Amino acid sequence: MTGKEYRTITDVKGPLVFLNKTEPVAFGEIVTLRLSNGEIKNGQVLDTSDDLVIVQVFEGTAKINRDTGVTFMGDVFKLPVSTDLVGRILDGAGRPRDGGPEIVADEKADIIGAAINPYSRQSPHDFIQTGISAIDCCTTLVRGQKLPIFSASGLPHNDIALQIARQAKLKDSDEEFIVVFCAMGITAEEYNFFRSDLERTGALENAVLFVNLADDPAVERIITPRLALTAAEYLAFEKDYHVLVIYTDMTNYCDALRQIGAAREEVPGRRGYPGYMYTDLAMLYERAGIVKGKKGSITQFPILTMPGDDITHPIPDLSGYITEGQIVISRELHQQGIYPPINVLPSLSRLMGSCIGEKTTRDDHKKVSDQMYAAYAQGRELRGLVAIVGEDALNERDKQLLDFSGVFEDQFLRQSRDEDRTIDETLDLCWQLMANIDTKYLVRLDEELIKKYHPENRA
Amino acid sequence: MSNEGVIYRISGPVVTAIGMNAAMYDVVRVGHEGLMGEVIELHGEKAVIQVYEDTSGIRPGEPVLNTEETLSVSLGPGLLTQIYDGIQRPLASLEEVMGVFITRGVDADAFDMEKTWTFEPQVAKGDELVSGQVFGHVQETETIIHKIMVPPGKGGKVKSIESGDFNNTQTVCVLEDGTELQMMQKWPVRSPRPFTQKYAPDTPLVTGMRILDFLFPLAKGGAAGIPGPFGSGKTVTQQSLAKYSDAQLVVYIGCGERGNEMTEVLDEFPHLIDPNTGKPLMNRTVMIANTSNMPVAAREASVYTGITIAEYFRDMGYDVALMADSTSRWAEAMREISSRLEEMPGEEGYPAYLSSRIAEFYERAGRVETLNGDDGSVTVIGAVSPPGGDISEPVSQGTLRIVKVFWGLDAGLARQRHFPAINWLNSYSLYPQSLDQWFRDNIAQDFPEIRTQISGLLQIEAELQEIVQLVGSDALPVDQQLTLEVARMIREFFLQQNGFDPVDAYCDIKLQYEMAKAILSFQEAAKTAMADGALLNDVVNVPARSNLMRGRFEEGYIERIEAMVKEMNEQIADAVEAN
Repeated sequence: MTGKEYRTITDVKGPLVFLNKTEPVAFGEIVTLRLSNGEIKNGQVLDTSDDLVIVQVFEGTAKINRDTGVTFMGDVFKLPVSTDLVGRILDGAGRPRDGGPEIVADEKADIIGAAINPYSRQSPHDFIQTGISAIDCCTTLVRGQKLPIFSASGLPHNDIALQIARQAKLKDSDEEFIVVFCAMGITAEEYNFFRSDLERTGALENAVLFVNLADDPAVERIITPRLALTAAEYLAFEKDYHVLVIYTDMTNYCDALRQIGAAREEVPGRRGYPGYMYTDLAMLYERAGIVKGKKGSITQFPILTMPGDDITHPIPDLSGYITEGQIVISRELHQQGIYPPINVLPSLSRLMGSCIGEKTTRDDHKKVSDQMYAAYAQGRELRGLVAIVGEDALNERDKQLLDFSGVFEDQFLRQSRDEDRTIDETLDLCWQLMANIDTKYLVRLDEELIKKYHPENRA
Repeated sequence: MSNEGVIYRISGPVVTAIGMNAAMYDVVRVGHEGLMGEVIELHGEKAVIQVYEDTSGIRPGEPVLNTEETLSVSLGPGLLTQIYDGIQRPLASLEEVMGVFITRGVDADAFDMEKTWTFEPQVAKGDELVSGQVFGHVQETETIIHKIMVPPGKGGKVKSIESGDFNNTQTVCVLEDGTELQMMQKWPVRSPRPFTQKYAPDTPLVTGMRILDFLFPLAKGGAAGIPGPFGSGKTVTQQSLAKYSDAQLVVYIGCGERGNEMTEVLDEFPHLIDPNTGKPLMNRTVMIANTSNMPVAAREASVYTGITIAEYFRDMGYDVALMADSTSRWAEAMREISSRLEEMPGEEGYPAYLSSRIAEFYERAGRVETLNGDDGSVTVIGAVSPPGGDISEPVSQGTLRIVKVFWGLDAGLARQRHFPAINWLNSYSLYPQSLDQWFRDNIAQDFPEIRTQISGLLQIEAELQEIVQLVGSDALPVDQQLTLEVARMIREFFLQQNGFDPVDAYCDIKLQYEMAKAILSFQEAAKTAMADGALLNDVVNVPARSNLMRGRFEEGYIERIEAMVKEMNEQIADAVEAN
């Protein structure tokens, strides 16, 4: 069906081109547009009928006029996939960006991706050790989970994501992850930071990068994560790799979605974002997981920056309803000079319960994590009280908890960017810090564990 | 015009067809692949269709076939233990045909039509059958007898009736007028099934969760809403209700939620035992899983599929509980379709008919006299996921206007690891008045009074806490300090419940009453002792009190609690002398 070129453009509006009187065009079909100066642009059909076809142009609509030729390619958007993808850098539309050859396809995969049958899923249960104490102890990551980083501008979420990508492994195993990295609208500087870090550590050989930068067309961002996830699915479910997908920044993705919605004059939902944003995000996030009968897995680390540090903003809010927890980065901790500035209190890993304990991490993990959390939460609360009544008004227990909250931040949270703590080291550190509190106040730990692990009893 | 037309336009899940004779809510087959869809709007000779599967690659000009049926569910033996998608296709069958990813254009029967069931007739030749009457039994699972009913609208004198093994499509009964009855019947999902009359609810749905049963009870046949921000435990609460509530049947709808959560349910339920019958929970459960990334139109249909199945079991005279997690995703599906139809929006882009759809859905709950003359009920518990946890949004408000029970989940409580994170200050139930008689007759005469005392203490605590925030608790007089201690005991010992602890996860309602009394007994004993000079600290720290509180994690607590309270009170009395 390829071949015939139409010159029937009637309207151009934002990223959208309207044509009439064409052949029957499929919904979702890929389109090429040839400009009068010879430039080629690509697009996709958003709405199709006998009279009118709406095309969304990925590269922006600059220079498009009524003389632009439009050809329908007869197929929906597909990504050529093969293991040759590993080690490559592609642009936001899947073309080589590293000067290398085109990808030789083993097959072509539809980038929309089909939903995994919930009946065919396998519950994630393998503990991933990230080497970051705050994550391993308090918001444990599980293979096959989707755990976003809720950050904000000016915070070191990229460092954390990279550290995780570098250090993530199964306990007592050298099995490495293939990293699929997907950049949406980040700056060239950020991208260079990612790339040089991956190069420096040799991780680039085991990675696939899809890159759409801030000055690349915004609409292209709609397909970039879909390409990345299609590559990830191929590597995980056809080639048995364990894949870690990092995408940054979801906020730019959602803004591109809003831009298209506005151009189509759709009825907006909250803050101008389209009403279908929940479904749209779910179609990305839900592509994480493990399925029965396949060896590989997809673990997702989306990074999003909360506009105005507001966790109730539609982007983090809808994400939180879909993902299996969240890691929240705190500006306050960052300003205190603590890295990684993870605020464990609003952070959560919903799948944590399935992967910790005697068989996988250590028998004391659950209770230690609860106790650390509880003591820190109380200590933090007391800071507020101290500001009003002064430290002298506190009783002994409260004083210890208040001091603990400082130690927690300074010694438990704080670690260097290349410090890779094993889960045993993390849990031992917890015990060491909790030893500053009288055992009688450690109500979430039972006597057996105290006997076994408390530094007093181990010495 | 014929029942076949062609596609005129495609816009995401909404397809317009022309040249086809169609009526509202007709089910159609779209395109060469025969994707399932439903007519939702008519404009002249154009029919607007919502399609239950992904529409990429479909072109204008492809055929559309009208089946001239409305979206219906198949009802018959084989429903129980099934896991369906939003339009009643069993997920296991889909896996067989499609593999692990859900592709499209595949049809699947709701249950194995070849499988035979042992049909035991309950009427004889010559008996007069009326619409909805039970004429046979099938022992579907160990615990559930599937009652075979005359489909609504049919009836007459029995000409012949069979007995023995039959499948769902074979005729088991013939009426004098020639009507053949099978075990299976079909019912359109958007129409409520008929009944004789609605009763006022008078029996609680016992859930085994103390805060719900004791403070904010839900009646069998009632409707409850659970709004809460993400991470506050909506799904855990819904799942606990599915596990432990004393309904005879449970329909669980995972509507637009996480895939892994449904997997967890699927992994867990077959191994769980129903505390009310001692048999596997799966035996009484029908599950509908249309996760967030599955087609949005099927998500819209999933709640109707679920409630129709629930009504069908209600018509057999069962008490059915339906959990919908989450109704917000259902509302968003409506919003998405509505926006594709370019309808004039109401609040926040939701269609103007949102609140009436919500009301219609919850109105399908109720305790009824069935056409067969039995007493059956459908209780609906809907989770709501308000954006940012702010319940002033349209879905929460539309729900609160219609439900009589509000269990408000609170992110702050969840953050303090207080579970279930239901806020006792803003939650409410309007059922106590109609249920109090039941509590008096079945649990204890003074049950309502004890409840009032407990909730009163929590109210006072909230007021005192405001003062404590300013001046610290030491500045309060001792009797108020004691009140705070008692309230703390209510919160930590009574309201908090560990859903993952094998014993504490389910608390018998008699035990709930005893525990509440134990708290009041502590208050009484402490007051007396302190009037005689005992110190608050000594009274609070008597060892028997912590034994009492820890006892709830141990088997046989209900037999020991009285003795434990007595011991605590003795030790408190001793605290006077110690001073």
